[in-house]
Amino acid sequence: MARVVVDPITRIEGHLRIEAVVENGIITEAFSSGTMVRGIEKILKGRDPRDAWAFTERVCGVCTTVHALASVRSVEDALGISVPKNAELIRNLMFCAQYCQDHVVHFYHLHALDWVNVVSALSADPKETSRIARSISSWPKTSPAYFAGIQQRVKTFVESGQLGIFANGYWDHPAYKLPSEINLLAVAHYLEALDWQKELVKIHAIFGGKNPHPNYLVGGAPCSLNLEEVNAINNERLNHVAKLIKDAIAFVEQVYLPDLLAIAGFYKDWAAIGGGLKNYLAYGDLPTMGYNQPDSFKFPRGAILDRNLNEVHEVNGKDKEEILEYISHSWYKYSVGDDAGLHPWDGETEFNHTGPKPPYDFLNVEGKYSWLKTPRWRGHPMEVGPLARLLVAFAKGHSEVHDVITEALQRLNVPVTALFSTLGRTAARGLETRLTVHWMKGFYDDLVANIKSGDTRTFTDEKWDPATWPKTAEGVGLTEAPRGALAHWIRIQDKVIDNYQLVVPSTWNASPKDHNGNRSAYEESLVGTPVANTEQPVEILRTIHSFDPCLACAVHLYDPEGKHIHQITVN
Amino acid sequence: MADKLPSIWQAMQAKGYTRRDFLRFCSVAAGVAGVQASGLSSVVHAFEKKPRPPVVWLHFQECTCCSESFIRSSHPIVSDVVFDYLSLDYTETLQAAAGHQAEKCMQDTMKNYPGQYILLVEGSVPMKDDGIYCCIAGRSAEDILREAAKDAAAVIAWGSCASNGCVQSAKPNPTNATPIHKIINRPVINVPGCPPIGDVMTAVVTHVLVFGKIPDLDGQGRPKEFYGRRVHDTCYRRPYYDAGLFVEAWDDEKARKGYCLYKMGCRGPVTYNACSVTRWNEGTSYPIQSGHGCIGCSENGFWDNGPFYQHLASFPGFGIETTADTIGTVVGIAAAAGVTAHAVTTNIRKKKLIDENMNESIANSETKAEGGEA
Repeated sequence: MARVVVDPITRIEGHLRIEAVVENGIITEAFSSGTMVRGIEKILKGRDPRDAWAFTERVCGVCTTVHALASVRSVEDALGISVPKNAELIRNLMFCAQYCQDHVVHFYHLHALDWVNVVSALSADPKETSRIARSISSWPKTSPAYFAGIQQRVKTFVESGQLGIFANGYWDHPAYKLPSEINLLAVAHYLEALDWQKELVKIHAIFGGKNPHPNYLVGGAPCSLNLEEVNAINNERLNHVAKLIKDAIAFVEQVYLPDLLAIAGFYKDWAAIGGGLKNYLAYGDLPTMGYNQPDSFKFPRGAILDRNLNEVHEVNGKDKEEILEYISHSWYKYSVGDDAGLHPWDGETEFNHTGPKPPYDFLNVEGKYSWLKTPRWRGHPMEVGPLARLLVAFAKGHSEVHDVITEALQRLNVPVTALFSTLGRTAARGLETRLTVHWMKGFYDDLVANIKSGDTRTFTDEKWDPATWPKTAEGVGLTEAPRGALAHWIRIQDKVIDNYQLVVPSTWNASPKDHNGNRSAYEESLVGTPVANTEQPVEILRTIHSFDPCLACAVHLYDPEGKHIHQITVN
Repeated sequence: MADKLPSIWQAMQAKGYTRRDFLRFCSVAAGVAGVQASGLSSVVHAFEKKPRPPVVWLHFQECTCCSESFIRSSHPIVSDVVFDYLSLDYTETLQAAAGHQAEKCMQDTMKNYPGQYILLVEGSVPMKDDGIYCCIAGRSAEDILREAAKDAAAVIAWGSCASNGCVQSAKPNPTNATPIHKIINRPVINVPGCPPIGDVMTAVVTHVLVFGKIPDLDGQGRPKEFYGRRVHDTCYRRPYYDAGLFVEAWDDEKARKGYCLYKMGCRGPVTYNACSVTRWNEGTSYPIQSGHGCIGCSENGFWDNGPFYQHLASFPGFGIETTADTIGTVVGIAAAAGVTAHAVTTNIRKKKLIDENMNESIANSETKAEGGEA
């Protein structure tokens, strides 16, 4: 028996530690720990609710925008604000841009190196890579000379002896199965994707001023629409958005999707590994008739239990019986006792670290061992994320989702049960990117049509002035971050925040065991996973990365007296 | 040791770049570093001779928005070069290795290149309770930072977290989140912002790379080239401010004409940053251009200078023309002072700024003048 510690888990957002027990080459128990905390909830108390989006947006810069959206929705829900049609469309456009950019970055820059062997690309035949590339895609950059150039760059890089980000990778591990030619193809697209990803998020800059961390506004969108003014969102800005969407569709359809399916074809064994929990939760998002009409969402809302796709359960964030957070194994304490569960409106954030002081070798996994709380839906541990979203939509008979899933399963020649796996999770992310990039075009067309009809409003001021607010108000803002179901609960009293709680995707997935000893998604999906070499646990990385961890999300002045030197030189 | 590393030019040749590409890169690098055309030859020379410096990029209490912004750097060849030509030996966000293999990358760099590697730090360090609020590989953030900073050639603090503590240090600062220059006993280049502009980040690194020295810094350790002016000073909406034309409510007629956002809480007048000149995402926009005021995200303690939608003159303790350095320490413009008075004051001040050296005008006589003018 070996106790494998992977800390830090790299190529994620935030600080995650995995301790796994390996017996006879198989993981028999796992412990997932978030090792950083900031206490954003404590900081929000007493502040203006209209400012909360800016604070919470800083929870995560990788899935930027999503916390801002959840936050403005929670305040709007509390105060009974419905945003204008244009604001909804602008938010949807920013949402889709975030998904496409974030999922592409995850696939190529955070996840690919678990499957793609950079060193192997050196022995590829560029002509064969070119032939393969042309057989799977109409993307223009596919000449033998192009791939030979990429190969030369990699060769020079490796021969320099300074391996940079590729140093100490598990490149001799037998788990890497791609032919050299496909490794070369993927390396080329790693570089292309890095160049491309900065383009699409210009949509955030156009509507929100910048990316990362564009601006949001309670009651609408901060930008104004005016076709007669250079100083507002005019036709030049709209044309820019249209161009970015067109390029994004091309990249997703001609690079990301073909690469995903080509690589997946060599790793079908991972369609039977890493399935984990059998319960899936999605709050749904992309409203087309307003946030209060979840039936109009492109991504529907619902919960699936025990992989029963014939039944989708209703989900209500306001029902105090449904979503509760536990802290039996989390470094917090509750005034009502540490084995109790609290609904987020009544949530508490009181630190209670009982773990080892640094430096340490192992956590005390019998007791509390993470800064993440453990959320449960009606007592069940739930997986959230792209797979959960697609399964809920699939089970609800959503035809577009049904079509993209069916097509992909046929091309890979695998049954629908292959979705319940590490590979299924990674594939679902790509498939929903394909959906959202086309939906983005639809939202753009709707925005143009709405402006054409004479509606240019982007904001409603009915409840902007705190004088119009009730003495107390409660709201919940539900959304779907790229990594899964995200919600913010707010309680407003006397015009300031009285309590604010976030339950985020990686809290659902990466949390420690609950009061009954039940595992959450990461831990459950690792159990049963084979580990060929405990010194090179690439299998752990594959499954954990398939969730796209985001740990800063999951765990929630200065006096200028320091000495400064005005002019200094490098040693 | 350094001489054994390939120079930027050698590495670029090897990757198939032409001399012309290289010269174009140098001119872009020189441009962002503020070098005149006559100084270009020295830039070219520097890149021909300089090795690819090893880089260690640490993450502490942060949200990774700085890393994300860094990869948004818009000049393709610069982003290529920064990614490939720096040797990014340790970066939790991008590196292939994990766990102890990843930690070995950092140890190897510190051991093999003492005095030669550049240390980039993203995130603040929690100093409360022996560092339990941020641990990596079982070690506290403070412990890791002290070790990595000891033999670094230069230390750059990315973003507001590492520069001034940012959101987690907002009251009541539950974990005693602390900027790194308060912890390590050596000079730090602070590149604040939440996040900083990607092109500014690559430009700062490039500056160190090309000139072998740190850019000129202001009193808060910020490169003057990007933090020497207030957003307000070069804002394209500034003429509306001077003319007294303001947005009065979100999406009103004045908002649709793009008037000044001062009354909506814009912090441009007290925020030192390059947003209104360099702009964001390849010059696409910046917050004010897209209709929302600046929230002052590069300033010390900006989270506690709220609420964000309350306009500046309403604040006790400082006034519209007080510099960011002196917020909270001066008696500013009275809360009742009208906007017109500010506009007049601004024009007087504007002339002074033109007449005087910008940096000398920060924090010195202005504080007193401010009170008098008000």
